[in-house]
Amino acid sequence: MKGKLILEDESVFHGELLDDVRSAGEVVFNTGMTGYQEILTDPSYCRQIVTLTYPLIGNYGTADLFLQSRKSFVSGFIVGELCEYGSHWRLETSLHDFLTAQDIPCLYDVDTRALTRHIRAAGTMKGVIVSEHTPKTEIDKLLAQPLKRDVVREATTPEAYTMENDGPRVTVLDFGIKRNILKSLHDWGCHLTVLPASVTAQDVMGTNPDGIFLSNGPGDPKDVPEAVETAKALLGQKPMFGICLGHQLLALALGADTYKLKFGHRGSNQPVKNLLTGRVHITSQNHGYAVDETSLAGLPVEVSHRAVNDGTVEGIRHKELPIFSVQYHPEASPGPDDNTYLFDQFVSMLKKEA
Amino acid sequence: MPKKPNLKKVLVIGSGPIIIGQAAEFDYAGSQACRALKEEGLEVVLVNSNPATIMTDTHIADRVYIEPLTADFLEEIIEKERPDGLLATLGGQAGLNLAVQLAERGTLKKYEVELLGTSLEAIKKAEDRELFKETMQKLGEPIPESTIVEDVASAVAFADSIGYPIIVRPAYTMGGTGGGIAENEEELVEIVIKGLKYSMIGQVLIERSVAGWKEIEYEVMRDGNDNCITVCNMENLDPVGVHTGDSIVVAPSQTLTDHEYQMLRSASLRIIRELGIEGGCNAQYALDPNSDHYYVIEVNPRVSRSSALASKATGYPIAKVSAKVAVGYTLDEITNAVTQKTKACFEPALDYCVVKFPRWPFDKFVYADHTLGTQMKATGEVMSIDRSFEAALLKAVRSLEIGVNRLYMDTIAAWDDERLKKNLARINDQRLFVIAEAFRRGIATVDEIHDITKIDEWFLYKIKNIADVETLLTQEEITPKLMRAAKDVGLADQSIAEITNKTMDEIRILRKSMNILPYYKMVDTCAAEFEAATPYYYSTFHAQENEVQPSNRRKVIVLGSGPIRIGQGVEFDYCSVHSVWALREMGIEAIIINNNPETVSTDFDISDRLYFEPLTPEDVLNIIDMEQPEGVIVQFGGQTAINLAASLQKAGVKIFGTSVDGIDRAEDRERFDELLNQTQIPRPKGTSVTTVEAAFEGAAEIGYPVMVRPSYVLGGRAMEIVYNEDELRDYMSRAVKVTPDHPVLVDRYMEGTEVEVDAIADGTDVVIPGIMEHIERAGVHSGDSIAVYPPRTLSSKVIYTIIDYTKRLALNLNVKGLLNIQYVVVNDEVYVIEVNPRSSRTVPFLSKITDVKMVNVATRVALGETLAKQGLRSGLVTPRPYVAIKAPVFSFAKMQDVDISLGPEMKSTGEVMGIDYHYARALYKAIVGAGMNIPTEGCILFTVADKDKEEMKQLAKAFSELGFQLVATEGTAKAIHSLGIDADVVGKVHERSSDIIQRIKTGQIHMVINTLTQGKPSAKDGFKIRRATVEHGIACLTSLDTAWEVLRVLSFMRERRLVYALALQDYVGGGDGLA
Repeated sequence: MKGKLILEDESVFHGELLDDVRSAGEVVFNTGMTGYQEILTDPSYCRQIVTLTYPLIGNYGTADLFLQSRKSFVSGFIVGELCEYGSHWRLETSLHDFLTAQDIPCLYDVDTRALTRHIRAAGTMKGVIVSEHTPKTEIDKLLAQPLKRDVVREATTPEAYTMENDGPRVTVLDFGIKRNILKSLHDWGCHLTVLPASVTAQDVMGTNPDGIFLSNGPGDPKDVPEAVETAKALLGQKPMFGICLGHQLLALALGADTYKLKFGHRGSNQPVKNLLTGRVHITSQNHGYAVDETSLAGLPVEVSHRAVNDGTVEGIRHKELPIFSVQYHPEASPGPDDNTYLFDQFVSMLKKEA
Repeated sequence: MPKKPNLKKVLVIGSGPIIIGQAAEFDYAGSQACRALKEEGLEVVLVNSNPATIMTDTHIADRVYIEPLTADFLEEIIEKERPDGLLATLGGQAGLNLAVQLAERGTLKKYEVELLGTSLEAIKKAEDRELFKETMQKLGEPIPESTIVEDVASAVAFADSIGYPIIVRPAYTMGGTGGGIAENEEELVEIVIKGLKYSMIGQVLIERSVAGWKEIEYEVMRDGNDNCITVCNMENLDPVGVHTGDSIVVAPSQTLTDHEYQMLRSASLRIIRELGIEGGCNAQYALDPNSDHYYVIEVNPRVSRSSALASKATGYPIAKVSAKVAVGYTLDEITNAVTQKTKACFEPALDYCVVKFPRWPFDKFVYADHTLGTQMKATGEVMSIDRSFEAALLKAVRSLEIGVNRLYMDTIAAWDDERLKKNLARINDQRLFVIAEAFRRGIATVDEIHDITKIDEWFLYKIKNIADVETLLTQEEITPKLMRAAKDVGLADQSIAEITNKTMDEIRILRKSMNILPYYKMVDTCAAEFEAATPYYYSTFHAQENEVQPSNRRKVIVLGSGPIRIGQGVEFDYCSVHSVWALREMGIEAIIINNNPETVSTDFDISDRLYFEPLTPEDVLNIIDMEQPEGVIVQFGGQTAINLAASLQKAGVKIFGTSVDGIDRAEDRERFDELLNQTQIPRPKGTSVTTVEAAFEGAAEIGYPVMVRPSYVLGGRAMEIVYNEDELRDYMSRAVKVTPDHPVLVDRYMEGTEVEVDAIADGTDVVIPGIMEHIERAGVHSGDSIAVYPPRTLSSKVIYTIIDYTKRLALNLNVKGLLNIQYVVVNDEVYVIEVNPRSSRTVPFLSKITDVKMVNVATRVALGETLAKQGLRSGLVTPRPYVAIKAPVFSFAKMQDVDISLGPEMKSTGEVMGIDYHYARALYKAIVGAGMNIPTEGCILFTVADKDKEEMKQLAKAFSELGFQLVATEGTAKAIHSLGIDADVVGKVHERSSDIIQRIKTGQIHMVINTLTQGKPSAKDGFKIRRATVEHGIACLTSLDTAWEVLRVLSFMRERRLVYALALQDYVGGGDGLA
């Protein structure tokens, strides 16, 4: 079925609609060439319409192994070619069937490069996926509806749970965590207690942690002020490590500010310089907001990592306390494994503090 | 870190002549590196024996030495130039091997030259099989069970312990020379013997074969600060078993999960770190298609063919960045030249699919074994870009110029189902065409073909998808929907026309009426994430937006020359690049269209705009429709571009330079005869025939021997000298398809001195930069002859006549730009053999040695600037006081079953130049540079045809006088004995008592002089002897003319200093003339 994406600036991108559905969300692009299933199930994309710049998608199908959360939270998926016949020994479900099973609205056969160029120039914006002959009034109505902002509540775990291990006890604040973060911490020996985003500092301390981890997650960090409060209350109590949204929440808790990037950083090829070593690492990123460097002035916080492409803040660390965070995804999935040293760093920190 | 402060002068080693396994990619890499180093203010000294390259232009390096790439010459140059650093990683395996030799003989230490980029230790760790194995084991990187052997028995013993199939790879070779897969002991023995011979160090690696696994490559960069990135990964469509140079390759990988992609990426980073390479590196893997299991197959600690491909596929200039890293920059200090905003320390993101397709020389080497294996056979390759794999694949197919424009061959279509099925299992150049045919006929499913070929189902589904659309086209009317589907899978208008029995023009008009048009997208390294500054484009029908915004400037399109093949090598790329530069110098926007990823012309900063597209009428016209240039220049892109001239003109496009009519008059036989009549220039008697009977009549009238060939050919394809009617009959049935549309030319074969001239004409004046005389008499293809500038034996009268004829022909054809003429001189009479109204293979050579900027001048002429206005006078440019010799280089070692004897059909893949003030030393340099192994003492085998015996006697006498022992076959020996000279008699190969081959194998014969016996089938003996010389690396001279000159060199070698080097700048500038 013919379908289209209409952006709030009225530009239109045509394609084929997988199922007759309508959907609205913030349209963002990811430049990774592999890992579509990981992207689709990364909760940080909650309520967003994700377009992939690489045009051949679905080549190796999908498999449960690659799921990054219990389900996909995206509002839509826009690709060039949606592979009809995937091929891989791990293939369990074709991408086509996976999209249908997960109720993911998908527009394919789209000139995603044209779309990406548009977003690059005009910035991230709202868009709706509809069938080709949807009346304009309907479209306008869809575009007029404000986007949901309580996305962390949607993506976080409904229940607390633990992942047993004999290493340091880490309590994870789940704002929409990717499975591979949990797996990485667990692989590094950590005993994990995963708590929903709504918990208080007391709840956290009640789990008797050696360290606290603030996870990635969707949306604007300023939409979860309660999480900032929790983080603030935890500062100085135990070593803390944050990734992505967790990094932004930590920054806000430390008194810094965050802002929205024009079109964000999403991809598996983002170079980041570690200012402490001078080394550059290729990172996996997915963020639409960033920590405002000027807001760090006067705070006991320094920039530890910086994006090579645009100079934005990609990591901070507390000058006195065992607290650090990065904007990017050292756990990869998808993306390069160059940054697992951060898990090492966290675990060593826990052992040192213990 | 800034650049290393101790570096002022850097020596760069080029890769030498084009051979199979080492092609134009190193001209691209080397030129880019030299420019990058000059940008840093370093003085660059370049050594490369290949004159047909951009990198040996005097403006690319400060000091250019076109000298043999041997340690002796390199040492001489190092002593003279005293460079601070040596960059060898951009000269391919040849460069790396030389660096090792220079280090090992102490040259680098003696002259305090720092080896830049990759350390000697790293080279050894990657290249020496045992060290490589140790290194990988230390890293925990799996490699297939293997062992190094230096003899056959150990190989067999090891194979018995791990089982067959076994793969054999010689150490220190390029293009996999001498390797192979053995299914059993017999095969193993044969391959190991050969491999030991080819290895520089007499070692071969034998290992478990992982044939059938996925073959994946990564291009990795590392700087001195240990920052590492991968530029690109690539997946071979052909599973492990076919050399990656002979595989169809896609970028990025298509069938790998993110997990697998990252697993191999991480392995690549670990490897480059362990080797400590500063610069680029290539790592190849075999990945189990049924598990996460992988093996590291190979690591190249240098810039390679794959890195050239990766550079073009991504826009990331690996050679340039490698050069900067080698002189001390870190990746995050180097600007990404494409975006000019971001840094070189990132990983390119592609938003398109790239396909590389090899170009094999089987059209020339008809008898060669087409089987593909671990020994590379392709001479070149094409690359294509599109938003779908299908469309990219078909673009690549039609870029090959092998007479097909989709996965369809008449010959295969004629097979019955049985034969087709059988051929699915054959791994050769036609495999993909066979698969497509099987899908078209519906005789095999994707799974079945996968079981037979091990090609991943993903690729097979795509091929099936193309076949399905083709089938629809045969069944249904072409609706807009079907037309869209056809263009989406990349079918050319020409293909749709063929399938639907329409003409290409009809389809084109229909398609345009449906508003189905290609759009152009940019290659920007970053998938549109950042705005890019570099105008590097590809077309796609899968788009709703066109990114190209044509400028309002004056603009001209230069057509490139497509893939490197025998007969059309890097020379034509040289010409295209210079034409682009000339246009830019004139303030005109230069747009280039080409599809060869190995070349300088497809470097994104050469032209104002680069379109990476097939060179077919449709693809070119689509670009013209959009760009609306003033016109097109076709004379620099070899026959590829010339062949497009007529269709472009028909479509109303202006062709700058010689008119299409002028081209046709030179190429059409009848019109050419008319031209010669008008200008009163003699040519060897000949006729053009359209039936087999007419060929017999014509030949009888002209008189045997005759030269026969199809009309409109390149590089003497299918051209032969036949001596009687039987041979002619054989030729007509085997080599050509004669039809009224495809006449065959029959010419009197004249045995005389062949002379070649390149000239530039503007309609009034004709400038002849130089005349070249061939050492081999006419009958040997000009591209395979040794050419000498200036001529040595021609009388003034002959030279005057040549100048006169050249002027007459140029003016009569109204040539505007370059033309190339071949003459034969017999008894002081000059006959014209061939006129090519375009640039030729000798243009770079002649431009360099005469210092006439031929392509620049010709481009200006084509655009209307007269020769007089450019300050050039009509006539022959005064010859220079030095001698320059161009010698052909062959790749026979890679092509089994190919006869190495020289004839009218071109066989060489590349060339070298020897330049000196002394003729004999120039010749010595050319011969040494060409890799010919000329012995200074020992035993020479003579075995020549009856017609050559008289002349051979004198030659044998002269060699004997130089102290060589002579061995000869019976008849030849008798002739030698008649002069009272000793020559040991050996039996012919087919005689039971024979031991010729044995003597060659055991090193008792050091050179062979063998001429072709008349009649091809009877020449089996000669063929075996000649092949034996190739397999055992000894010189075999198949022309007595070459032998005489070798003799001259040998006598000279006893009297003179042999190693003497001078930069081109000095020769041309007239410096240091007293050697």
